[in-house]
Amino acid sequence: MRMVLKGNGAVAHGVRLARAQVISAYPITPQTSIIEGLADMVSEGKLDAKFIKVESEHSALAGCISASSAGARVFTATSAQGLALMHELIHWAAGARLPIVLANVNRAMAPGWSIWTDQNDSLSQRDTGWMQVYCESSQEVVDSVIQAYKVSEKVLLPTMVILDAFFLSHTYEDVEVPEQSMVDGFLPPLDLPQKMDLERPAALGNLVFPDRYMEFRRKMDLAHDLALGVWEEVGREWGGLTGRSYGLVEEYRLEGAELVFVTAATAASTARVVIDAMREEGIPAGLLRLRVFRPFPAELLRGVLAGRKKVVVLDRNCSFGHHGIFHQEIKSALYGLPDAQRPPMYGFIAGLGGRDIRPDDIDGMLRGVWEGRITDPVSWWDVLEAKDPARAAVVMA
Amino acid sequence: MAADLTTYDPRNLHLPEGEIMRSGHLACPGCGAALGMRLALKALGPKTMVVIPACCWAVINGPYPFGALDVPVLQVAFETAAISASGIKAALDVQGKDDITVMAWAGDGGTFDIGFQSLSGTVERNDDIIYVCYDNEAYMNTGIQRSSATPYGAWTTTTPAHTPKAEPKKNMVEIMVEHRIPYTATASIAFPEDFVRKMRKAQSIRGAKFIHLWISCPAGHKSEERSSVKIARLAVETGVFPLYEVEDGVHYTINHEPAFTDVTEYLELQGRFRHLDESQIENIRRNLEWEWLRLRAKVEMGQKVPSPPAPVKAKVDEGAHEPRGE
Repeated sequence: MRMVLKGNGAVAHGVRLARAQVISAYPITPQTSIIEGLADMVSEGKLDAKFIKVESEHSALAGCISASSAGARVFTATSAQGLALMHELIHWAAGARLPIVLANVNRAMAPGWSIWTDQNDSLSQRDTGWMQVYCESSQEVVDSVIQAYKVSEKVLLPTMVILDAFFLSHTYEDVEVPEQSMVDGFLPPLDLPQKMDLERPAALGNLVFPDRYMEFRRKMDLAHDLALGVWEEVGREWGGLTGRSYGLVEEYRLEGAELVFVTAATAASTARVVIDAMREEGIPAGLLRLRVFRPFPAELLRGVLAGRKKVVVLDRNCSFGHHGIFHQEIKSALYGLPDAQRPPMYGFIAGLGGRDIRPDDIDGMLRGVWEGRITDPVSWWDVLEAKDPARAAVVMA
Repeated sequence: MAADLTTYDPRNLHLPEGEIMRSGHLACPGCGAALGMRLALKALGPKTMVVIPACCWAVINGPYPFGALDVPVLQVAFETAAISASGIKAALDVQGKDDITVMAWAGDGGTFDIGFQSLSGTVERNDDIIYVCYDNEAYMNTGIQRSSATPYGAWTTTTPAHTPKAEPKKNMVEIMVEHRIPYTATASIAFPEDFVRKMRKAQSIRGAKFIHLWISCPAGHKSEERSSVKIARLAVETGVFPLYEVEDGVHYTINHEPAFTDVTEYLELQGRFRHLDESQIENIRRNLEWEWLRLRAKVEMGQKVPSPPAPVKAKVDEGAHEPRGE
């Protein structure tokens, strides 16, 4: 049925349709309306789940870990400081190979306090073993939550479904909410191969000596390799049921594109408008939207970007002391290409702490690079630069 | 008055015969935590799941792929014992498995300190679990560092003998009681029948139950391995560790009237107190008297004050408008 939903509402409906059995969550702006929606659904009997209203995000994820270990399908949601507080258990959930789904509403890290979007919170969890899916629309959010359970339960890795604060979490959109019977056919009840079971008592999570530890980690890495194909397969299967197929990335007007703009999340919607206008003018521009960031589709990106004239990457994040994280990762994926095939790359850091990224901004980046006016490999966009950078680096305000 | 230590011949004990904890565990000789777990599982039986955070028992249970317990065990992060038990209970409930007892089994560091917040959350929600804190009064697994369960005057590696711990032990039982949970009790490995009875009582009550189990630790208390039970018994008989239980946050019962043996008998058996001078020991005696005055006053209070009113489940009328905002 069609509904007008915020991104956060779309998460809640996805969780309802996936029939999550245990929800363990704690409020934080801008995630809170996800768990408010779920609390209503549980209270009204629309979702047959236990909702543990914990005292912190740390406990929120700990509750999911133990409930999942005991065989339940689980869900939690958080943002920024909450995700950072979970960090120890983010590692734990992946190491324990639990198919937990977590919605993270991207929010900038403090200080200074910010409730607005950027990706440093989720990207700080890059190396934990979680899968990460960056969504662009409420429709993609509801679809991705349901797909995330299916992929997670196949490869036994947790998934973070990620949406931008406010631009997506609090923006109402027209969404096709799938029917329960269709989702039930797509996503069978959880049946973990190993869980807490009185018939087969075992100690889970105990001490592992150096002669075994690496094998556990190798299995995690292999599961990520496997997951690449599973995301594609599940995205196709979903397309067959709903008419909405999903891949690891989304290609927009890339046929014949010499100038490729790469970004993730809602900035891609803005970029589409710019790409369309540039194409009208005859500039051969196209868009590549990153969707599944872990596992990282390196081979696919190499194939799509090989031989392009120029690649521009927009990062709503920064690895301080280096540069934008999507930029770094894509650059490393292209390293294996022969020189003639390897396009020059231009990275832009923009939109941190929720600063708006308008069509004019993307247009400025793309034209600047296309016309050769911008040649720096990394630029901070739309930022008030100090006259004396050395002094600015060590003086506040 | 000297404590009578002779009547506690283990051959006279009446304990459940079944064993869920097997030999082959990795506890130190004389470890009270090993004895405690054995007794706890004798009491609870095989339909039990156990949560163990970082603590001595995370080692005692054995490394992958071994385990010393014939029930499912989930080892969890240090500060998450209570919520982990809540999560398992919730998962069992949604699967219709309502006859399984979930026990969190954590040390004093994981309870009094790092796990305190999660424990408070779990018992405030009155989640249906049994939480046992096995208390050896310091971070023993990391090599004897002070915790907030360490008593006044004790040596640890972070409270060296010339500046031993200056503060009294945190009163965890009273903190749990003030959450108004249905059942809170102290227990000792030297009083196994009392401990087993309390575990079974806890198992029969729905809601959050907290058991504070005092255990000896030869390595950390600097005591003789063969004296573990004797020291645990003296902790009770000197009045250092009263055996009592509290129901509904108000009804106090002292389960064993101590002999009030002089505290020096207890202190002298443990190297961690060897440095104490007479003024410090006198301070321990004065504080013991004060603690007992307080405990007895609570027993009296519980005789005057009825149980709290039975909870009434909030129910919303059909069609009622709930206040709500964005």
